[in-house]
Amino acid sequence: MDFESSERAIAPRREDALPATAAAAVKVVIVGGFGVGKTTLVGSVSEIRPLTTEETMTQAGVGVDDTAGVERKTSTTVAMDFGRISINEELVLYLFGTPGQERFWFLWRGLFEGALGAVVLVDTRRLEVSFDVIGRLEERGVPFVVAVNSFPDAPEHPLEELRSALDLPASVPLVFCDARRRDSSRDVLMTLMRYLHSLAAAPEAS
Amino acid sequence: MSNPGGDWEDGTPERLYVITGGRSGDLEPSHLDLVTLIIAKSGPKPGMQPEHAAIMRMCQTPLSLAEISAYLGLPVSVVTVLLGDLLAAGRVLSRPPVAPAKLPDLALIEAVIDGLRKL
Repeated sequence: MDFESSERAIAPRREDALPATAAAAVKVVIVGGFGVGKTTLVGSVSEIRPLTTEETMTQAGVGVDDTAGVERKTSTTVAMDFGRISINEELVLYLFGTPGQERFWFLWRGLFEGALGAVVLVDTRRLEVSFDVIGRLEERGVPFVVAVNSFPDAPEHPLEELRSALDLPASVPLVFCDARRRDSSRDVLMTLMRYLHSLAAAPEAS
Repeated sequence: MSNPGGDWEDGTPERLYVITGGRSGDLEPSHLDLVTLIIAKSGPKPGMQPEHAAIMRMCQTPLSLAEISAYLGLPVSVVTVLLGDLLAAGRVLSRPPVAPAKLPDLALIEAVIDGLRKL
């Protein structure tokens, strides 16, 4: 067996180290279609350079001990970028940018189940992608807000027009953002947190 | 496949099974979350499998399962198995994430809001 390649694993940089007091983490999922700016948003607020974790989709584990099975390499790699914000000395927030297609969500078990909530990042040029994502999150009972990433060449729509196009309930926050800007991305997360706060403060109303 | 591990473009299922000794993450009891923080109790020990040693080295300060996966260039499912070994051997400690019940705790949300304000 040859493991030499793993010796070259890149370790976190010294300045990326969390304090030893970091006691627990929470996560927020940024969901959106390809190219909508998930990694841009994660990168603009993250204290570390966004990292990528990959998972391999395969036809189960059959055929591994069976030489006939070696011929069938039906594996696909799916990547998920993420970043990190130290909230205080004890608490760390992780942001995961995940593809909009639900079939990928199962690759990372507990991705949504343990999440505080989600941000659906929308490109007005491809609204139909978001429509599906919103439906899936509603089914799963994941609280979310919707952020419209402003692309220079995208047609401008009033928020209320977008709300009805997305068939979004009036209670779900809908905001514009510029994912490239730290303050704008931070405000999106703040919108999600305020929304979660309102849900937690008045659970009967939901 | 862009991974910092270099040679892992042959990250085929067969290759990954070698690293985990033929075990699949799906068969392990999954008590590890993407954001479970891992801390090594010591430095790497001689004779450790290189992947285990690499985890021991990078977890001298707390690091999430997702970050370990990213730095090793290995899937989360594989890292879960490797961490299971180290946990069972008492080599590392895990700090589970704050589990939001049905609705998250108000104090937790307020702490996050305070933290974001400082950005």
